[in-house]
Amino acid sequence: MTSTSVQSPSVAPAVSDVLQLSGPRPARPNALSTSLSFGWRALLKIKHVPEQLFDVTMFPIMFTLMFTYLFGGALAGSTEAYVQFLIPGILVQTVVMITMYTGLTLNKDIEKGVFDRFRSLPIWRPAPLVGALFGDVVRYTIASVIVMVLGLIIGFRPQGGFVGVVASIALLLLFSFSMSWVWTMFAMLMRTEQAVMGVSMFILFPLTFASNIFVDPSTMPSWLQAFVNVNPISKLVTAIRGLMAGTVELGDLAIVLGWCAGFILIFGPITMRLYNRKS
Amino acid sequence: MTLNAGLAIETNGLVKRFGSNVAVDGVDLAVPSGGVYGVLGPNGAGKTTTIRMLATLLEIDGGSARVLGHDVAKEADTVRSKVALTGQFASLDEDLSGTENLVLLARLFGFSRSAAKARSEQLLTAFDLVEAGPRQVKTFSGGMRRRLDIAASIIVTPELIFLDEPTTGLDPRSRNQVWEIVRALVAGGTTVLLTTQYLDEADQLADRVAVIDHGKVIAEGTTGELKASVGSGALHVRVADQTKRDAAAVLLGDVLGVEITRESDPAALTARIEDPQRVARALPALDDAGISVTTFALGQPSLDEVFLALTGRPAESEDDQEFVKETTS
Repeated sequence: MTSTSVQSPSVAPAVSDVLQLSGPRPARPNALSTSLSFGWRALLKIKHVPEQLFDVTMFPIMFTLMFTYLFGGALAGSTEAYVQFLIPGILVQTVVMITMYTGLTLNKDIEKGVFDRFRSLPIWRPAPLVGALFGDVVRYTIASVIVMVLGLIIGFRPQGGFVGVVASIALLLLFSFSMSWVWTMFAMLMRTEQAVMGVSMFILFPLTFASNIFVDPSTMPSWLQAFVNVNPISKLVTAIRGLMAGTVELGDLAIVLGWCAGFILIFGPITMRLYNRKS
Repeated sequence: MTLNAGLAIETNGLVKRFGSNVAVDGVDLAVPSGGVYGVLGPNGAGKTTTIRMLATLLEIDGGSARVLGHDVAKEADTVRSKVALTGQFASLDEDLSGTENLVLLARLFGFSRSAAKARSEQLLTAFDLVEAGPRQVKTFSGGMRRRLDIAASIIVTPELIFLDEPTTGLDPRSRNQVWEIVRALVAGGTTVLLTTQYLDEADQLADRVAVIDHGKVIAEGTTGELKASVGSGALHVRVADQTKRDAAAVLLGDVLGVEITRESDPAALTARIEDPQRVARALPALDDAGISVTTFALGQPSLDEVFLALTGRPAESEDDQEFVKETTS
């Protein structure tokens, strides 16, 4: 590099000029626009490091095929019958599992010097985190589309039609964005990404498996049923099955939206408090 | 630019603890507006921690700090709108290109998409980074990173810029470029607070210097004042014939009445001078004894000597070997 620029002229005069050229300071951008700028940063990172899409492309394919053909015959008599039950659930499982990477990425990212700069800027404080989640919503969307396309290929036929599927994915994205604040909190709390990973797995495995994703809870012992029935993942799966079948009940939707609000209102402020105090 | 004669930074008893470790232990600073203020100290002295508190990145555990007239704890947002920080480790996104870094930051300052692009091109041109612009920052050399980092700090002209060890790890040419940039910033009216562990850097750039050690300010003043506080000057002698150095040391010790230091250079001697009158007698005395010298210079003490005098130990810089010395008794 240095060999190509043999003798660079003094930069000082040009620097003086560029200080003069800055012009009037623009008005401070609003919270949404600032967050979207950080979302753009997340997309640029995907552009430069496309390998990071491996999880959102391979996970969905692996999960969908594996669980359909592994359990289909045993649980529902045939894979064709099981696919109708499983696809809405496996869609939730896949995307919710991927939200884990939000915490991992943030934990790694925040250790870098660039966050010092972000934190020293006069911007809406949560914007770097909200923007990162906006970027993750793009990843969640990719995963959702992959599961749906694969589901349709292997025989899933949603009665709710296109509108039902789009509404399902929209609800799932909202839920994932909201629940990601749990992972942003752990990203601030934990010192290493391995620790974030460990905690995330410890929470996500029981939440996704002890739910109504794979089987009807009525065959479970009563203590497990009790957990499954209050599990927010079960509520989300019920609402999404309803939307995809065109038979959604508003009560189910309201419960899911309540969980979303709860995640953001509780874990958002905790995350921000930890973020502001982080050294 | 406000021609405010007031203080750019004022701290009173600033304290930061990490567990039981007191990183900053009652720092008082009064940094005038305009010019370069140097914070000098070895690694781990508390320089970076102090800067991070002043730039609102760290909560203050004790004392108070006002930056450009605003309380750092109570008016953090106002402070952030007036200062810029260039951290010790490049405050850039390594995965993004140089251009993307600048455009992102310009957008965050409220520039429109096209204005952000235009400002980024102006800055890349001024900092001699046009060719590197489209490349990912992780491929940049140390000097290029530093320049981009400083460019990112002046997207909007800050009233005060914190430069945390801006030349650490740079080759001499890149270091000179950074020095030029710092001088250009000052000429443009920005106050610069610069930390460094390089004594010559503070000597070159700073109008005033605070010397920090173990979280405390141990000396403060212009570099001239600091040097004067150590003694009126230092005599540097190099003998033409190394074998005569010991004889020269004994002779100078007699004439000057002070301790003579043998440097690691086998021909060099230095002495801290209290009475400049005696120096005039030293040269004829050496001549009479048949010892010829190649250097006989009376100058102000270097900041290295200042640090040694203040702390009783050398600054922990790469110049350490200069302090491996024997003294005549």
